[in-house]
Amino acid sequence: MKNSVSRRIVVQRLVGLGGAAAAVPLIGAETKQSSAADHSMPEATARYLGSYPSELGGRSPHVELKRRPLADYASVTPLQDLSGTITPSDLHFERHHARIPDIDDSQHELLIHGMVERPLKFSVADLKRFPSVTRICFIECSGNLFTSATEHTTPQMLCGLTSQSEWTGVPLRTLFTEAGVKPKASWFLAEGGDAALMTRSIPLEKAMDDAFVAYAQNGEPVRPEQGFPCRLLLPGWEGNTNIKWLRRLELSDQPFMTREETSKYTDPLKNGTARQFSVVMDARSVITAPTYPARLERGWHEIQGLAWSGRGRIVRVDVSTNGGRRWHEATLQGPVLPKAHTRFTFPWKWDGRGAELMSRAVDETGYRQPTRKQLIKARGHGSVPYHLNPILAWIVQRDGQVLYRAEQWL
Amino acid sequence: MQSLIPLMRSISGAVVLVLALSGNSVAEAPLGLGRAVEQTEIDAWDIDVRPDGKGLPAGQGTVAHGEQVYAQYCLSCHGEAGKGGINDQLVGRIPFDAFPFGSDPGKTKTVGNYWPYATTLFDYIRRAMPYSSPGVLSNEEVYSVTAYLLYLNRIVSQDTIIDADTLPTVRMPARDRFVIDDRTRTESFLRQ
Ligand code: HEC
Repeated sequence: MKNSVSRRIVVQRLVGLGGAAAAVPLIGAETKQSSAADHSMPEATARYLGSYPSELGGRSPHVELKRRPLADYASVTPLQDLSGTITPSDLHFERHHARIPDIDDSQHELLIHGMVERPLKFSVADLKRFPSVTRICFIECSGNLFTSATEHTTPQMLCGLTSQSEWTGVPLRTLFTEAGVKPKASWFLAEGGDAALMTRSIPLEKAMDDAFVAYAQNGEPVRPEQGFPCRLLLPGWEGNTNIKWLRRLELSDQPFMTREETSKYTDPLKNGTARQFSVVMDARSVITAPTYPARLERGWHEIQGLAWSGRGRIVRVDVSTNGGRRWHEATLQGPVLPKAHTRFTFPWKWDGRGAELMSRAVDETGYRQPTRKQLIKARGHGSVPYHLNPILAWIVQRDGQVLYRAEQWL
Repeated sequence: MQSLIPLMRSISGAVVLVLALSGNSVAEAPLGLGRAVEQTEIDAWDIDVRPDGKGLPAGQGTVAHGEQVYAQYCLSCHGEAGKGGINDQLVGRIPFDAFPFGSDPGKTKTVGNYWPYATTLFDYIRRAMPYSSPGVLSNEEVYSVTAYLLYLNRIVSQDTIIDADTLPTVRMPARDRFVIDDRTRTESFLRQ
């Protein structure tokens, strides 16, 4: 703590009070460090006991952490208020297509059928008997950029449709092996148990690589908003493919061309085509502090943010404080995991002049986070709203006010 | 995955997984977990429809019946004749079936100008619509409202019967517009 702290508690050691040394907090406005040496006015002040232990902990009443609704079908994670890389489960973003079903896990079953030797149904208890895996990875909605954002936009509202958890479950290849996949199978359909029975077609390759059926999130059963009692987890792939409330997997020799992989989650391009099954999330970074609505004081600050890639590890994040004219390598805080949010930090002394803060990520495949211009040049002006991962900028005004540098997308 | 070392080998055509666990215990799949299911149990859940028509049920629908179904179950949200409603616009073609979406974000995507497969319409309506009470429609009603929406989009004629044989043969205007993800090639300039 520096001298700039205006209200401080000065603890004075008093000798001779009942023979014991008592620590007395003095709450004084603008108390200077020098006054700690002033022993002239001893005063006893009682301290009060706090609350009891409880069945369920909560946050400090002084802390406000909230998802914000985007519409009646989505809510976003407060990226600017979090540290490290794990998103508290109750703050994981939500995107539902038919709200949140109330599923009794003791009644829930997962069916595997289609091009398999043995169609099988698994209860949640069955799933928990298989050898399990635990891994940390992000889930990001592919529509994660608010393209009409004004300068008064927080990271949460701008791109809060990404969250990270430690997920535990059964590798999909284990379950598929249990059912015996027929040699000609090349795709599978995943279906959720929500009212809309949401479906996506997934290449079998992903199942044999790193896909799993998750039943736990950050040490507890998956939350209802996240797919209780079990969901598909496809590390690095667009959120929509990570089917929640998973109840059916059907092996096939072709994709099913569901509405979510034709009408939606496809990317029209300027050459008159539309990209389909563009499921991998490209590398991206976002500064989380300082950002709107912060108002900076001169002096040292830590620029912080998150970087991630659906193709592997983040290997480098660069930060610029002058709108991209000069870039500096940021520190990757670690753990730096594949297909996972990675925190980057960069110490910065603000001198009171106008500044423009930017970050750009590079992943282990050599992919560099593009500018908005590069994206539009490659895809076309109409290629919204999916897979927009541009370098973003935050303006620091001379009065210290930080604003999002709004950009024209539509 | 971190803790398991999966070794895949092929025995008489079937993929067998050997899961090496800590110590000397080795779990060899299949582990005999889960329960076998009867075909009837599968049929009760297996409602998906593929572009080749696999999964389409018996029954048929007409445009005239579809208009009634639409008025009763869909119009309130999707508007008169599939336009101007509070939810997704379902009807609309673009002159010469152009596909300007990549250059013009203002163009509204509809069943008529964007959807590549007619079978998707049946599958989606049956599983997800009407939005607040999916599942209420009979297969005949789904066939009919599918026929009506295809008719409104000027893709089929007014007297068309839509069933398991005819629906997969309906050719959608945007059928050839879709390409499988090619970003690693077309956006390779972003690689160092
Ligand atoms: C209560 C309002 C409501 C009613 C009634 C309703 N829908 Fe919908 N419809 C929606 C909403 C909301 C969506 C978007 C859902 C989503 O994106 O997850 C939608 C989406 C659709 C789509 C996909 C549009 C696209 O371009 O992807 C089709 C097709 C559709 N509805 C058909 C129907 C039909 C047919 C009926 C009547 C049987 C119907 N809807 C009744 C609200 C409604």
